[in-house]
Amino acid sequence: MTSTVTNIVVAGLGGQGVLKASDVLSDALLRAGHDVKKSEVHGMAQRGGSVRSDVRYGPEVFSPMVSPGEADYLVAVDSSQVDVCRHLLRPGGVVIAPDAIEAAALPNRRSLNVALTGALSAHLDLPAELWTAALHANFRQDLWAANEQAFQLGRLSQSGSAKRPST
Amino acid sequence: MSATERILLNGDEAIALGCLHAGVALGAGYPGTPSTEILESFSKMGGRAQWSPNEKVAFEVAIGVAYAGARALVTMKHVGLNVAADPLFTVAYTGVSGALLIVSADDPGMASSQNEQDNRHYAEAAGVPMLEPSNSQEAYDFVFAAIEISERWHTPVLLRVTTRVCHSKTVVRPRAVQAQPLAPHFVRDIPGRVMIPAYARPAHRRLRQKLAEIQAWNETSDLNRALPGDPALGIITSGVSYAHVREAAPAASVLKLGLTYPLPLRRVAEFARGVSRCVVIEEGDPWLVDAFRAAGIRVEGKPDMYRFGELSVPRVRRILEGDVSPESKPPPGKPPQLCDACQYRVVFDTLRRHDCIVAGDIGCYTLGVLPPFEAMDSCVCMGASIGVGLGLRHALPPDEARRVVSVIGDSTFVHSGISGLVEMVYNPPPGGHVLIILDNSTTAMTGHQEHPGTGRTLDHEPTNKLVIEDLARALGVRRVHVVEPRVGSEDFGRMLLECLASGELCVLITRRPCILIAKRLKELEQRHTAPESPLPSTGIAAEAACCPNGVPAGAGADRPKSGI
Ligand SMILES: Cc1ncc(C[n+]2csc(CCOP(=O)(O)OP(=O)(O)O)c2C)c(N)n1
Ligand code: SF4
Repeated sequence: MTSTVTNIVVAGLGGQGVLKASDVLSDALLRAGHDVKKSEVHGMAQRGGSVRSDVRYGPEVFSPMVSPGEADYLVAVDSSQVDVCRHLLRPGGVVIAPDAIEAAALPNRRSLNVALTGALSAHLDLPAELWTAALHANFRQDLWAANEQAFQLGRLSQSGSAKRPST
Repeated sequence: MSATERILLNGDEAIALGCLHAGVALGAGYPGTPSTEILESFSKMGGRAQWSPNEKVAFEVAIGVAYAGARALVTMKHVGLNVAADPLFTVAYTGVSGALLIVSADDPGMASSQNEQDNRHYAEAAGVPMLEPSNSQEAYDFVFAAIEISERWHTPVLLRVTTRVCHSKTVVRPRAVQAQPLAPHFVRDIPGRVMIPAYARPAHRRLRQKLAEIQAWNETSDLNRALPGDPALGIITSGVSYAHVREAAPAASVLKLGLTYPLPLRRVAEFARGVSRCVVIEEGDPWLVDAFRAAGIRVEGKPDMYRFGELSVPRVRRILEGDVSPESKPPPGKPPQLCDACQYRVVFDTLRRHDCIVAGDIGCYTLGVLPPFEAMDSCVCMGASIGVGLGLRHALPPDEARRVVSVIGDSTFVHSGISGLVEMVYNPPPGGHVLIILDNSTTAMTGHQEHPGTGRTLDHEPTNKLVIEDLARALGVRRVHVVEPRVGSEDFGRMLLECLASGELCVLITRRPCILIAKRLKELEQRHTAPESPLPSTGIAAEAACCPNGVPAGAGADRPKSGI
């Protein structure tokens, strides 16, 4: 049953926009008609501590949490969190880390979270317009252009990678 | 909103939306993770919501609203119900005319709390019906169910949620038709509302009678659901554990309980009889399992090691397999830290240098316990710093006693520090005492909520302001100082030494806005002094609730979101 559910973990540090990235992601997935669950741990994390958000989608999702060894994707907005969350990845799971993005090309250094969401989007089978709609729903209008640019930057960074990770 | 619309909401938002659609007249509460977003969302959705100084007051305001015949909501984190326990136990006797919905947000695993108490015990101890949603749809639906039960039996109802329900976003289909509550009006009922012993004795009997009726009703209520499955394994569960169970044991027969007090024991017994092995999967204390066993129902519980922390799919699998081998520990994440330019850094650095014995309290400033400061010696519950500091002063030998200080945040001071200060004035230790109130103009820990000392309401509108130094002086403290702790300045250190040396009762207020709100604070102040000016585009409300609006480009506002 779990094989029909895709598991994504977004991790980073307080203030880096982890929850915003997972909001955009789950919004796009909901628009695509999936059942979506998103769960986050940001307890005492807001003062620069670790923040993790789990997003699961498929025809029917039960638990909101990604179990260790079952994440298909790990999106790390801070490279320090790759090792912290690696145990969550399944064998063959994909890591999307900040080094995937050319930092200098970002419209704004705080938009790394959206760029990495763009990178992730290259692996998921979702129409491009749903991502745009999700970005628009989650940002104020004057921030749309910068975020779309960051998203595209990330999306193109993955060209050549498979749609789904190999098992 | 159409009936087929699907929206993604977290449990807190779903409760808020349910309350909005159910016509809740007023929501009161005190911030506390993971409950805080309920009132913030309710307010943003157009509901009337307010922060009270503490949970007890919020609870009492809600009782008044429900006595008036309206629908009332009160929200708090689990430990908040300890503060509000006094009204809870007696409003169960008086009942209400309208509806009283009490939300207790528990935190198994202590993502951000000082304990992991299981508030299901309160439902039983106080005699209050309890609903436990397992996802956002149920959080939304159970608001309606709670109001229905509350109005039908004139009883307060506890909606018990947990961190994973509050902070998980799941799909909600809102209802098309919205409720039309009755218009409030006062109906005098002296024996029903005035709990002198003569009236309270029959009230207690009435309460037990109501609970018996609700229990009988619950036996067939669709708030509990049976999922037929393999008769070899039956699982009884509630709350978010249900989600883990469905995934860990997809073939099992499941009885999912929604109204968990008073329990539908006949239905449980029947379910247990129909399966060869019946396991109870519950997070926290063995509360369901004990109740079933007391009723003579044969069920299996979980090994004691699973009483600690949250459940998860792997842990449920382990329980079902009877696996008690040690669990692997995930690598530690990065701990939180005081922000670089936070006034607290100066305060704790100074306290450490002067080797103070620090009776601490709860808030961002509790991070003063971590290196490099390690300048906090106790933290029990909100407000405890003052009483504990006084007790230490009373009992320690003079050379140690004179190093004791109490440290408390501004919101915490208003919450439950004021009575401690009264104690300090009433029973002063022989060597005096030093109380440091950290005034950063906000409730930072839980995501920057207003409180009576900020002079702004929940939605950041101006209101009467509690002036802490005036209050301290009015209570009879003669040495009251206000200082701004700044890096490179010895003002705070000098003043601290002066207070410690005085042997008198001193209140030292360190005043500097939390740096995360400083900018928006200026905007708010401008807006309020210039009523003609338009609203600033970056509202403080937006950021506090993790909205995009207050921050540039991709960065989300998860920084200020939550804490204890
Ligand atoms: C009874 C109770 N209610 C609520 C909380 C959650 N909580 C912990 S500290 C705190 C207030 C912190 O504000 P403040 O004292 O101003 O300190 P700051 O975080 O701003 O430094 C709250 C709401 C709690 N731990 N206990
Ligand atoms: S959020 Fe505010 S109060 Fe908390 S550590 Fe940062 S500056 Fe200090």
